[in-house]
Amino acid sequence: MQAVDAKALPALQTVELSSFHKRLRIWGEKIIEALILICGLSAIILVLGIFIFVFKEAWPFLLSRFSWREFLTSPEWYPDSATKVRYGALALFAGTASITIGSMVVALPVGLGTAIYISEFCSPRFKEIAKIVIEILAAIPSVVWGFVAIMILNPLIIKLFDVPIGLNILNASVILALMAIPVIVSIGEDALRAVPDAYREAAEALGATRLETTFRVVVPAAKNGLFAALLLGMGRAIGETMAVLMATGHSIHMPTSVFDSVRTLTATIAAELGEAPKGGEHYQALFTIGLFLFAISFIVNLTADFMVRGFRRKI
Amino acid sequence: MHWDKTLRRSTVIFSIAMICVFLACTKKQGARTIIQNKGSDTLVNVAQAWAERYHQVNQKVSIAVTGGGSGIGIAALINGTVDIANASRSIKPEEAQKAKQNTGKDAVLHVVALDAIAVIVSKDNPIKDISIEELQCIWGEGGACSKWSDVRNINVPGCANNEIVRVSRQSNSGTYQYFREAILGERRDFKLGSRDMHGSKDVVDLVEKTVCAISYTGMGYLSPNVRALCISKKRGQPCVEPTPQTALNRTYPIARELYMYTLGEPTGEIKAYLDWVRAPEGQKIVNELGYVSIAPPPKAE
Repeated sequence: MQAVDAKALPALQTVELSSFHKRLRIWGEKIIEALILICGLSAIILVLGIFIFVFKEAWPFLLSRFSWREFLTSPEWYPDSATKVRYGALALFAGTASITIGSMVVALPVGLGTAIYISEFCSPRFKEIAKIVIEILAAIPSVVWGFVAIMILNPLIIKLFDVPIGLNILNASVILALMAIPVIVSIGEDALRAVPDAYREAAEALGATRLETTFRVVVPAAKNGLFAALLLGMGRAIGETMAVLMATGHSIHMPTSVFDSVRTLTATIAAELGEAPKGGEHYQALFTIGLFLFAISFIVNLTADFMVRGFRRKI
Repeated sequence: MHWDKTLRRSTVIFSIAMICVFLACTKKQGARTIIQNKGSDTLVNVAQAWAERYHQVNQKVSIAVTGGGSGIGIAALINGTVDIANASRSIKPEEAQKAKQNTGKDAVLHVVALDAIAVIVSKDNPIKDISIEELQCIWGEGGACSKWSDVRNINVPGCANNEIVRVSRQSNSGTYQYFREAILGERRDFKLGSRDMHGSKDVVDLVEKTVCAISYTGMGYLSPNVRALCISKKRGQPCVEPTPQTALNRTYPIARELYMYTLGEPTGEIKAYLDWVRAPEGQKIVNELGYVSIAPPPKAE
């Protein structure tokens, strides 16, 4: 194109030049459109590809060794047993569920409270500082959170609650909540900010106090967005691996209290995939866990998506 | 037009220059040997130290060391992606067969060091010695010991419910597999519910911070804040402390050999490296890091 440009330029008239430029622009636009299309499709292809890959690896296990009854009702996960190999994932599901619920119980009030405070109450200068600090919180690597869990929270929980070990549901819930809070705050704050000021002005014109305006008008108006923020935070909690591997105690155990150690689906895959010979039964069983995990996060994200869509339509 | 030409000419010159530089680099690279070394976490510190020291001895060879666990090292050997696999357990028959299938060569074993697995508790735990029987009761599937009072008539101060907190390793660890075999034999599993840590360092850190805990780790990872127990075969019999001497003369019951595996008999630089590792110079490093050197002359299998 450059060569054509250099040779053709002196001979061309201004009118022709402009038509050449026009053509160039149309072509350029088409190329860019195609590139963007490829980018957009790549995400879809990638997700589909990952799903097919996980499914393909898990498929032989699903056909042969897998039984719904053992997988979903037995807590005995003995993939490398010396005597009898067992693949009961109930304790792993219970572990993932318990720390997800636990972390949401911690993250819900703190995350939403922070979002509401930043969006409705605090001064603009503090708002800037708080947002930066929260973003830093989001950038801490998960293995660092794992060390915090072992070295700081573990002895603290032993001392405070007089329990045998501090690596348990409580510990993991706190760590995961700290990891989910930045997500909840930044999306929740967006949702609150999307509520038009006219709502606030109308409420204040009717004599509502700041608190009443916030909790009776703004928060209800943004509730779909806040819910979506919560679900995305939850997605982070379900999918997290390294930090929970260290904070939960990684122990196969049906939890009965928040002071019990558990083991999650993700941490099991992370810890065991390296040893499992490729294509073996253990390897396929881990991919089956991956399949279930995929389904869970798919449902969570889909729900979040519907919520956000509802919230956009409303405003 | 003039600009165009200069540009083109300079591009050509630049590319030629780059190709020359590239060729020069690859030539230099060619003279250097890189040995890929991967596997056991127990051996990774020693392997790293060997690699660093050996690079000073022989500048032409550099050794890339990665950990991950014996299983990972052996898997890499089977795939032919490493030159030397570190392992704290011997290769399983099916793994050896797979290696032969994949690469056409046998996995060859070299004993490079000895290690004693210490059973560790918090230093605030009053227990001083423990028998293999008692360890079976604590660790084995179906074993009845869940409180410290089930093992001995002791109360561990600061430990809620006097509960025994079992801290273990993830199952691709050679230490995990060797401990299971040494304590429970080949036909028994660990009791579920242990807290499985992802490295020897995490195990020691956790035991330091947890009064109720009991765990096991290679001697090289011991710290002053944990106590290594004296081990007897049966309760009441005299116990043996985990020390280099007891590991070497095989009176300590949970001691093992640490291995390096190669595909086929090693030759050239790899052979030179393995010879150096097993020579007094390499074995000195083993002792420095808290493991036990193999008795001279090196035992070969």
